[in-house]
Amino acid sequence: MSILVDRDTRVLVQGITGREGSFHTEQMVEYGTNVVSGVTPGGKGKSVAGAPVFDTVADAVAETAPNVAIIFVPARFAPDAIYEAIDNDLPLVVCITEGIPVADMVPVYAHAQNRGTRLLGPNCPGLITPGAAKVGIMPGFIHTLGPVGVVSRSGTLTYEVVDALSRAGTGQSTAVGIGGDPVIGTSFVDVLGLFEADPATDAIVMIGEIGGNDEETAARFIQDHVTKPVVGFIAGQTAPPGKRMGHAGAIISGGSGTAAEKMAALEAAGVRVVDRPSAVPGAIQAALRTS
Amino acid sequence: MNLHEYQAAEIFASHGIHTNPGSVASTAAEAMALAQPASGPVVVKAQVLTGGRGKAGGVKLARTPEETRDAASTILGLDIREHIVRKVLVAPAVDIAQEIYLGVTLDRARRQNVVMASAEGGVDIEEVARDRPERIVRALVDPFLGFHAWQARQIGFALGLAAERVAGFATIARQLYDTYLSEDATLAEINPLVLTGNGDWLALDAKMTIDDNALFRHPGFESLRDLDAEDPTEFNARQSGISFVKLGGDIGCIVNGAGLAMATMDAVMLHGGEPANFLDVGGGASADQVAKAFSLVTADPNVRAILINIFGGITRGDVVAQGITEALQRVAVPVPIVVRLSGTNAEEGRRILSEAGLTASESMDEAAARAVRAAHAA
Repeated sequence: MSILVDRDTRVLVQGITGREGSFHTEQMVEYGTNVVSGVTPGGKGKSVAGAPVFDTVADAVAETAPNVAIIFVPARFAPDAIYEAIDNDLPLVVCITEGIPVADMVPVYAHAQNRGTRLLGPNCPGLITPGAAKVGIMPGFIHTLGPVGVVSRSGTLTYEVVDALSRAGTGQSTAVGIGGDPVIGTSFVDVLGLFEADPATDAIVMIGEIGGNDEETAARFIQDHVTKPVVGFIAGQTAPPGKRMGHAGAIISGGSGTAAEKMAALEAAGVRVVDRPSAVPGAIQAALRTS
Repeated sequence: MNLHEYQAAEIFASHGIHTNPGSVASTAAEAMALAQPASGPVVVKAQVLTGGRGKAGGVKLARTPEETRDAASTILGLDIREHIVRKVLVAPAVDIAQEIYLGVTLDRARRQNVVMASAEGGVDIEEVARDRPERIVRALVDPFLGFHAWQARQIGFALGLAAERVAGFATIARQLYDTYLSEDATLAEINPLVLTGNGDWLALDAKMTIDDNALFRHPGFESLRDLDAEDPTEFNARQSGISFVKLGGDIGCIVNGAGLAMATMDAVMLHGGEPANFLDVGGGASADQVAKAFSLVTADPNVRAILINIFGGITRGDVVAQGITEALQRVAVPVPIVVRLSGTNAEEGRRILSEAGLTASESMDEAAARAVRAAHAA
């Protein structure tokens, strides 16, 4: 079955006529995703990869009934685009945009929570249910359908792990990129809960990195609420303290948020923690055999 | 972006916070000139982008201009946690009755800003948080309603301040929060905020970290960046839109994607080597970007081998391979290069690289092992 996106997913692309928006709309359509419309202010009447463009989210919703929005709008305008999607009651909003000031994301997050909108990202690659719907920028061809749920803060590192799983014959139910920023709409815990409840997911792979304490929070949640086997990998064992490692959220501050702490917390919660991406398939297969 | 004390103090002052007036000196002579006999004893403080200045001997009291000169002379050039002191702040010494810690930052777990205070001012707050967390008073800020006056007062009373001092404290707490918000800070701290012998509140220190993602809407801030405190390669990288962090090892890394770049550094370590840097070349591994990346990595004389790890999704492996071979024609790379290419058209890409005489691997672990061997053989 999968979580969050499937064959019934109808995608609205905000920022559809921009360079990123138009390119990835074509890629999503090529994968077989049902992209029903797009929005660019002033773009009414245009069409991208067969999807009609509207001036506003309200118009697009009235005409084409999307149930997911994906946002390719530049950082300075992305919060506004998220608010517009929330206001139009889109249940899932996926924000790909990197570089949004954290001060903007604090109220955006709170508003999404208040309105019951699930926000994924920002600064994330999106999510994909293999063979059904790709709502994001990941390469579709490396994914195969199978029993493993994948949740990750990274982009290409996620692809690395997914590729390893697919080559080992272990497909994915849904692969979710939650993003690399300090304030993100959906946490590890949120996705773990969904995978636990998904009949098509038998095991879970969690890919974390330095910074913050979402992995530690996830470890407590796994201890109390997750019965399916979980394999974890944390990037940044060699990261120095105090330095931002690419992602705005990947920084060890005040001595906390280290990879070692996260790995220890996950191990204490019964997660099988591996020290390299290539070890994930073996660990997952061992877990699937014994569970 | 981290700001120096003197820079943060100026910003705090512009928001109405009473800061200790001081001036910056770059030489012992300048420091001496600032300490005129009439103005009484002064404190000479190292201006470096790191904590622990006091413990490292970077903060000294000076009673006369001559003592000021000597203090500055000792402090300038000091290495404090790998930051060299190039400037000192000379500020009036203050009669301190009480020291408070006051700070504003993001509580990541709650996705809300938080105002924190402690009656243990002047001490490393991380130490207090670790050993005596009950001594820190916290107020979460409503993302829509902001920081209320009643919250600021409540903190003041919780600190055990004398009743007649609470209003003054609350005002500063709100001013600090306003500063934090309007200047797009991820941290704004006054440690210590002191109550002077006269009963006045005074900020005796100032610390601010600015959200890099917000610099576009603070055009004046870029000029505050201390280029001397920064590794020149990190500066160059930023100009080119490449994420780069210098480390201490000898294996240079060039990777597409921050998470994968961290995992690559880790792989080098796991195979017995030490990464020389973190480098995220981003989505477009064109000849231009790769050439820039090579220049950044080879600027480090410690580098004895380079590991390139590209997982191509939209990015095509054959295009990356062409980019690498072309870049090598533009930039001299005097060390062995090991390339790992995976993803779209990776096989074709690896073939192109092998034909150009480069070591091309399909496996990340194998590439890391080869890079480590190459560095040790060099």
